Amino acid sequence: MKWHAIFEKNVIVLLVGILVTIAIGGIVEIVPLYTIESTVERVKGVRPYSPLELAGRNIYIREGCYVCHSQMIRALRDEVERYGPYSLAAESMYDHPFQWGSKRTGPDLARVGGKYSNEWHALHMADPRSVVPESIMPGYSFLAEWDLGYEDIAAHLETNRTVGVPYSDEMIENAAADLAAQADPDADTEGLLARYPNAAISDFDGDTGRLTELDALIAYLQILGRMVDFTDVTAEDLKQ
Amino acid sequence: MESVMVTKVEKDEITGQSTTGHEWDGIKELNTPLPKWWVYTFYACIAFAILWFVLYPAWPGVDGYTKGILGYSQREAVMERVAEGHAAQAEYRTGIAAADLAEIRADPALLNFALAGGVAAFGDNCATCHGGGGAGNVGYPTLADDSWLWGGALEDIHATINYGIRSGHDEERYSEMPRFGADELLEPAQIDDVAEYVLSLTGQETDKAAAERGQEVFMDNCAACHGESGGGDRTQGAPALNDQIWLYGGDKETVTDVIRNARRGVMPAWEGRLSPETVKMLTIYVHALGGGE
Amino acid sequence: MTTAAMTADHAAARGAVDYDEGVVRLFTIATVFWGVVGFLVGVVIALQLAFPVLNLDLPWTSFGRLRPVHTSAVIFAFGGNALLGTSLYVVQRTCKASLFGGPGLARFLFWGYQVFIVLAASGYVLGITQSKEYAEPEWYVDLWLTLVWVVYLIVFMGTIMRRREPHIYVANWFYLAFIVTVALLHIVNNLAVPVSFGGAKSYILWSGVQDALTQWWYAHNAVGFFLTAGFLGMMYYFVPKQAERPIYSYRLSVVHFWSLIFLYIWAGPHHLHYTALPEWAQILGMTFSIMLWMPSWGGMINGLMTLSGAWHKLRTDPILRMLVAALGFYGMSTFEGPVMSIRAVNSLSHYTDWTIGHVHSGALGWVAMVSFGAVYYLVPRLWHRERLYSVRFVSYHFWISTVGIVLYITSMWVSGILQGLMWRAYDELGFLQYSFVETVEAMHPFYVIRAGGGLLFFLGSLLMVYNLWRTARGDLRDEKPYVAPVGAAQPAE
Ligand code: HEC
Ligand code: HEC
Ligand code: HEC
Ligand code: HEM
Ligand code: HEM
Ligand SMILES: [Ca+2]
Ligand SMILES: [Ca+2]
Ligand SMILES: [Cu+2]
Repeated sequence: MKWHAIFEKNVIVLLVGILVTIAIGGIVEIVPLYTIESTVERVKGVRPYSPLELAGRNIYIREGCYVCHSQMIRALRDEVERYGPYSLAAESMYDHPFQWGSKRTGPDLARVGGKYSNEWHALHMADPRSVVPESIMPGYSFLAEWDLGYEDIAAHLETNRTVGVPYSDEMIENAAADLAAQADPDADTEGLLARYPNAAISDFDGDTGRLTELDALIAYLQILGRMVDFTDVTAEDLKQ
Repeated sequence: MESVMVTKVEKDEITGQSTTGHEWDGIKELNTPLPKWWVYTFYACIAFAILWFVLYPAWPGVDGYTKGILGYSQREAVMERVAEGHAAQAEYRTGIAAADLAEIRADPALLNFALAGGVAAFGDNCATCHGGGGAGNVGYPTLADDSWLWGGALEDIHATINYGIRSGHDEERYSEMPRFGADELLEPAQIDDVAEYVLSLTGQETDKAAAERGQEVFMDNCAACHGESGGGDRTQGAPALNDQIWLYGGDKETVTDVIRNARRGVMPAWEGRLSPETVKMLTIYVHALGGGE
Repeated sequence: MTTAAMTADHAAARGAVDYDEGVVRLFTIATVFWGVVGFLVGVVIALQLAFPVLNLDLPWTSFGRLRPVHTSAVIFAFGGNALLGTSLYVVQRTCKASLFGGPGLARFLFWGYQVFIVLAASGYVLGITQSKEYAEPEWYVDLWLTLVWVVYLIVFMGTIMRRREPHIYVANWFYLAFIVTVALLHIVNNLAVPVSFGGAKSYILWSGVQDALTQWWYAHNAVGFFLTAGFLGMMYYFVPKQAERPIYSYRLSVVHFWSLIFLYIWAGPHHLHYTALPEWAQILGMTFSIMLWMPSWGGMINGLMTLSGAWHKLRTDPILRMLVAALGFYGMSTFEGPVMSIRAVNSLSHYTDWTIGHVHSGALGWVAMVSFGAVYYLVPRLWHRERLYSVRFVSYHFWISTVGIVLYITSMWVSGILQGLMWRAYDELGFLQYSFVETVEAMHPFYVIRAGGGLLFFLGSLLMVYNLWRTARGDLRDEKPYVAPVGAAQPAE
């Protein structure tokens, strides 16, 4: 193997050789995901998260829920029958970062929105074993005690816009007001619902008058899987 | 990069292989040829990969990819698997879809099938609130007893499951117990009295005088829903208060709190999330848990 | 004697090269320290899965926040310090050159890396995370690591450039591939826009399916280049040194090096089978994983066959035994990996404890064992002791951790396969047989066994700490030395 001496005698050549060798696979696999149009399905309904949902999503990330819960129903019979229609790429197209997960210590959450009541979520988050005795999920009772900090929510929407989420100026302007309105059943939510169709509006944590982290987290859980209306989708739309 | 040492190829005595002639910190290398089995296994793996490239979608282009000669698509495949599963159940599944609830109960084969389908769906969707086997939990009614909020006949149960209770569904079962305390509909003393009265309905020890005062409050404010004798009203989902079965609890503290704040429990609607057949099977299952009427 | 004086002394004894051993000593201490921390947190989270009350209902101690502490502590703190330390040791020796940039740059590298670890770990506990597995640190930590890593590349490559050997030794090819590839992966996967420069939170540039593939391109190759290529570099020095035998095949080194690094990069999509990632990418991930089998085994063969003519040493040299066991586990997990990459197999194993079993046969069996072997080799030399305090303790450590590993991985295989089968089990009428919580309940005994195995592994590492501590102090345990079996070829003394 005399030819190999060139790599063994010059570290720059070795470095360049390595770089070229390792660059190929990534480029061939990742770049087409942006250029092949069918990668993200042509379905209607997927919208940016409402400010409260986004805040809840950040709590979901902060607490590391993704280490136990996937949000990706695979195209397998048992999963489709247990959790509902397989997940689409379109459903996470505004997720920065994605939350598909890699371990299912707890069940998949991709379609948990609407499956339970807010009260149930509040009980379950505070003490999972009070509702599901066999559960091994940690309790998150502190979420109901911590007020949600959201002074900078507009900046969060704006940063999302920078990385490609289509938040409009109007959405950013109304961010803080929309956030508060979504957790207040008595608020005027017409604008909110026009901007974020299908958003669940409620005093999620049952603690009226207080806007806690639990409000935000439940608002996020309740939108999961509820953006795309699957009765309105054809097989053709789902071809990747 | 000067070479400080003249290297020379030697023979390793133990293996009989020659070295490459280099040495680093005392480490030498043999020039053993590649093991044959290694090379061939590697080739076999590459051949396998190439075969797969031909058979399946594999290589991307700028706007498309090679489809593979098998025309495989995981999304079509899974829908086929689901359809196959349903086809295997076709005999019963079509029966369930066509028959009404009473007919299903009357047909032993369909009943058996519906019970099995009901258990399966119950475990993942309902047991989290209603407990395993419908044993119930605080705030989540027991489904295995004779006490029903909204009715224990097949049609009642079916409507409850399909549309939910205070679920926001267009056809939800809806009623709202007033928040007598929170909305200041009753004085704290009145609430205390009526709570004593509620306790007396189940023969619990109470302050007799308060309970008597409470009776009047009850007749004015509660009987419309819970009935004059506290027997409940299924058209409004108002629980019976004169039995030993409590949704939230029969102690004074809980009763008082319910009167003050009302709980307005929510049961999600399953129409749309579960197939019509599954909802039917769940109905049959819940009905058979012990309290079906 | 002060360490500085000691170093100078030995440099003088060896001739011209003034090796920087001080920084290697620091890295060795950090390796052992973070190893113990990482294993302990591993035991804690294993116990939390068996007994959820141990989450304590507090944010800082809940499983979701501690799990990344564990993974980062073992991979980046324990494994990373082992890689940095050994690479600096190996590159100096095999190039006959002292570190480029001198002791100052090397100290910056050491402390800079520890700062990275502390920033990352404290972030997780406080809930500061990007949620990208194995890349959880937020943007400011990522930036800091980038700086530290560039310094690492400079020190390492600079030292190679100063070498006084005509050829670059194979260990250094692997270390170099590890350093540059990790740099590339790290930068691309972590591109993010902070919400504000005063705050920790950022949003990743990529989203959804593209983010998923970028993430697993990163994380799979964190396995390939951090946990594999880097540790192969380590193996290529410590195995021939400890066995006192030449490397089995230079030609195999060349072929398996280039094929390994070329093929590894493609295999990331095997983490996304049956997901919303288009299947052409899944098929590429699967086929390249299968092609990766032999290149991976090339390293195992080269390591194991280096022992030809020295197999008898396994009986008397527990350090060599650790290195060889590591190669065995490496071979096992790089066979298991390609098997799990097959879509049909992955449909069962994905999301289950099978993956966790696979991870730990690689992590405990390969990564940790080979590091233990290297550390046992290094400590007497770095502290200039005649030998380890106790060779027998090494053997005890070997057995305790081996039993621990076997308990860990077998329990996870059983629970993983059981869980996978339960999820897809249908009753005779064609309905799903088990609800999800029934599968959670079924895992309990295996989670207890796993915690037991992890505890043994942790206890073994404490024995190592004690042994190394006494070694560094210069103590020698009064013990019966291992005697070579009669008839084995051994040099006359
Ligand atoms: C240690 C692992 C673990 C962590 C961490 C965890 N969970 Fe869970 N989760 C479980 C398990 C196990 C279940 C199933 C039993 C149950 O319902 O509690 C579950 C169930 C759930 C469910 C009900 C899903 C269904 O369809 O029944 C929701 C919702 C949920 N978790 C949300 C969360 C959120 C939000 C977080 C983070 C704040 C979280 N989980 C963190 C393990 C975990
Ligand atoms: C989020 C929790 C939750 C889930 C999940 C849930 N339920 Fe309920 N369910 C309730 C609550 C709360 C009530 C009582 C509401 C009230 O106070 O009137 C109820 C009431 C009922 C009733 C009426 C009982 C009566 O006495 O009239 C039936 C029947 C029922 N549920 C069946 C089901 C079935 C079947 C499923 C699963 C498909 C299910 N439930 C899932 C919360 C839930
Ligand atoms: C508009 C109808 C309505 C009126 C009026 C009403 N209730 Fe109720 N009540 C309900 C409903 C419906 C529930 C079921 C609980 C729920 O989900 O809110 C309930 C539940 C209760 C419970 C809890 C039962 C249990 O099993 O834990 C108590 C106690 C109770 N009511 C007492 C009263 C008293 C006392 C009054 C009058 C002061 C009253 N209610 C007036 C509808 C009513
Ligand atoms: C005492 C020893 C150890 C114990 C008890 C232990 C325990 C655990 C536990 C309980 C988990 C979480 C599994 C789950 O979510 O279900 C885990 C994950 C993990 N551990 Fe360990 N661990 C140990 C050592 C190590 C070592 C030495 C390494 C690496 C060098 C390692 C690398 C990992 C990785 C990469 C994961 C994440 C796996 C995944 O996401 O699939 N562990 N460990
Ligand atoms: C030829 C080599 C290997 C191949 C093809 C391979 C393949 C795989 C596959 C298919 C998975 C499961 C993905 C999933 O279903 O989610 C996996 C997970 C994993 N492997 Fe390997 N593996 C190999 C070697 C190794 C080695 C040597 C290690 C060393 C420690 C390792 C560490 C891991 C880790 C940490 C994960 C878990 C990732 C996660 O989900 O968080 N692998 N590997
Ligand atoms: Ca609130
Ligand atoms: Ca990061
Ligand atoms: Cu991988």
